[in-house]
Amino acid sequence: MTNTTPFPRPVRHHSLFKRAALTACLLTIAPLSMAATLRIDNGAEPGTLDPQKTSGVWETRIVRELFETLVSQDATGELVAGLASRWDLSDDGLTWTFELRDDAQWSDGEPITAGDAVFSLRRLLRPETTAHNANLYYPIENARAINAGEAAPETLGARALDDHHLEIQLERPTAWFLQAIAMPEAAPLPEHVLREQDERWVIPGRTVVSGAFTLSEWSPQDHITLEKNPQFYAADDVALDEAIFYPLEEASAALNRFRTGALDISYTSVPGGRFEQLRRELGETLRVNPMVAEYFYMFNLRPESPLSDIRVREALNLATRREVITDQLLGMGQTPSYWLVPRVTAGGAEGALPTAQMAMDERMARARELMQAAGFGPNNPLTLTLRYNTLEDHKKIAVALAAMWKPLGVDVALINTEAASHYAAIREGDFQLARYGMVATIDDPYDFLGSYTTGGSSALSSGYHNADYDRLVEQSSETIDPSARAELLTRAQQHLLDDYALLPLYDYVNTALVSERVHGWAPTPMDVHPLRYISLEE
Amino acid sequence: MLSYIAKRLAMAIPTLLIVITASFFLMRVAPGGPFDGERQLPPEIEANLMAAYHLDEPLPMQYLRYMGNLLQGDFGPSFKYKDFSVTDLIAQGFPVSLELGGLAILLALLLGIPMGVMAALKRNTTVDYLLMGTALGGIAVPNFVIAPLMALFFGVILGWLPVGGWNGGALPNLVLPVVALAIQQIAYIARMMRASMIEVLGSHFIRTARAKGLNERQVIWRHALRPAMLPVLSYLGPAIAGIITGSVVIEQIFGLPGIGRYFVQGALNRDYTLVMGTVVFYGILIVLMNLIVDLLYSLFDPQIRYDD
Repeated sequence: MTNTTPFPRPVRHHSLFKRAALTACLLTIAPLSMAATLRIDNGAEPGTLDPQKTSGVWETRIVRELFETLVSQDATGELVAGLASRWDLSDDGLTWTFELRDDAQWSDGEPITAGDAVFSLRRLLRPETTAHNANLYYPIENARAINAGEAAPETLGARALDDHHLEIQLERPTAWFLQAIAMPEAAPLPEHVLREQDERWVIPGRTVVSGAFTLSEWSPQDHITLEKNPQFYAADDVALDEAIFYPLEEASAALNRFRTGALDISYTSVPGGRFEQLRRELGETLRVNPMVAEYFYMFNLRPESPLSDIRVREALNLATRREVITDQLLGMGQTPSYWLVPRVTAGGAEGALPTAQMAMDERMARARELMQAAGFGPNNPLTLTLRYNTLEDHKKIAVALAAMWKPLGVDVALINTEAASHYAAIREGDFQLARYGMVATIDDPYDFLGSYTTGGSSALSSGYHNADYDRLVEQSSETIDPSARAELLTRAQQHLLDDYALLPLYDYVNTALVSERVHGWAPTPMDVHPLRYISLEE
Repeated sequence: MLSYIAKRLAMAIPTLLIVITASFFLMRVAPGGPFDGERQLPPEIEANLMAAYHLDEPLPMQYLRYMGNLLQGDFGPSFKYKDFSVTDLIAQGFPVSLELGGLAILLALLLGIPMGVMAALKRNTTVDYLLMGTALGGIAVPNFVIAPLMALFFGVILGWLPVGGWNGGALPNLVLPVVALAIQQIAYIARMMRASMIEVLGSHFIRTARAKGLNERQVIWRHALRPAMLPVLSYLGPAIAGIITGSVVIEQIFGLPGIGRYFVQGALNRDYTLVMGTVVFYGILIVLMNLIVDLLYSLFDPQIRYDD
């Protein structure tokens, strides 16, 4: 790959002078009409602002402001009309039709058409785009083959019926498909711009956007400035004039800046060790909310692993005191978990480990019995290796687990590596027990349960295989009726838990610091907070 | 002099080549790849990524490709920061690091040298103990302890200075990071200066100077100071290169857009091209700094000449 593209260096000093001069003018002419600028700590530097190449919330948080999706999310996380004013699903669950707003235009004034939406979906599935979440769109006709390089992008089951009507043809009914359409990956892209320049096009001065804000400055590791987009279809409802994102990574640095009033919102997690003290100090400005994310330990279920014995897996699950971990070690309001799908997830997947209701004495007695039956005990201890990636909390939990399992005659050897080595070991199945965190991409149980179906990433790593489970997950995905689907999801999850395929620990919470000046910020399970609903107190 | 410089630069080429080759292969020995993260990618998607960055080719082939691009001045694309090339990232981060590091070294010299001289002249007195005690404290307390404390005290509690941010290099934003970076260097330089000053003051030519009847001020200013600064000078080369590229802790604590973090983050993310880019850049910087220091030697020590 060559880099011959001329790159306009983001203006730093110059624009600051300009802004300072502008502010000075505004101050002298009209002291009351100060620009409403929201200053946000984004937690990390985005790796890209190309909506189809993103891999995390530190990217999508900004990308969602730049590119409006067909189906959007409101302040509470509900799916609402975006660029599409209405949509419709055929009775067989296979054909989606989206009607695009007729007043929507790109920031350069060109109309946004169904053709742009088709162009975007084809680009998303092209192998060269290297979209991390392309698999969410595999239900579309031919999508998987295109992404594997076996079919031309033009064969994708998406077409523009006219400028305002988009039709998407699925290979099988998919209950969560609208969630995928609401992802930034599927946002229509300006074909007229991308035809000219497809690489590194989301750059100040070059990019053309459809969202509530435009990209005005990007100084890597320093700041990203968005300005209100006057061409946005709902621009009249957007209260903010400007939003500046800072890529702070260090928890105490972010906290200090928030304390001095240099930040209005901070998404860097607060320092864990001082949580109680901070809660007292920060009061209402410290927001803690349940999140669609799960913390668990993956078991290696392959025949050569001692954890291939279900009795051992059940015993370890029985002897794990999850409340000790959530209340005493972490103490941020995490929910002890006996399941894979976090309870806050939409879709109604229930089910729990059978051990959930038992008293601790009873659990320990049963665990000892099971270990004995499996041939282990204090005189013949089971030696296990437990892997975790570098982080203080992971370490505390790993040490606690080792102590909790000690009475069963389990000797745990801890292996700590940094993240890349850790996840490589998991990918290669080179572990017995490994710490894992799963953060949802879409607010649907399929995101979690799908990973344990044959061919899914957790199944590939852990060696889990259960044909009944696969079938139930597949059925649940294809069932559109919500209550019938919830029942299937629950049954599927119960299968996985009855197999003790994993060791769930807790449902994550996310923390944010939100100044009292900020209005319209609401907690959402997917941590999406569109700026168009946010305003600042004068 | 010019031919000396040319010779030194020519000698730097094999050095850099070894550094680049060793780093390239060492990086690949580390387990895991640039796309190993919490979200495990489906095999099809991982294959697409590997192909896009030529990581599916045999390693020697990748090495040749990298070297070929490097010869054309192309450091390649960053795996993590996909909207920028490594060259863009270094070009944008370096001025920030240079400004921070340069000011810190300047401050360290301005304070460290007088402190060292003073301590040497007042050897084994309260002044000496006080100065060297302070210096020892400066070395012993790491900057990841000092920096947050400074931010808390001067930023949050007193509210005199911003607790972080670059703000286009505005002076108030520079004060805390520059001081935090300089503290350790001040301490090193002061101790080094003291030791070498004591040594120089005991040498024959100083005795001769005193015997000639020069007063103490002339002895120190005209005869002792310059040779005493030689060890500090040789320390400066690597120190400048190190402080410019290695201020990752300070950059993170104060949220500054320098290049220090690329080195560490790049390695943790297995962002091969970014790490290689910073290694090459760092290598060149060290070679240049050492050359400059060697040339400066001739100014400070009349015995050293680079005549042809």
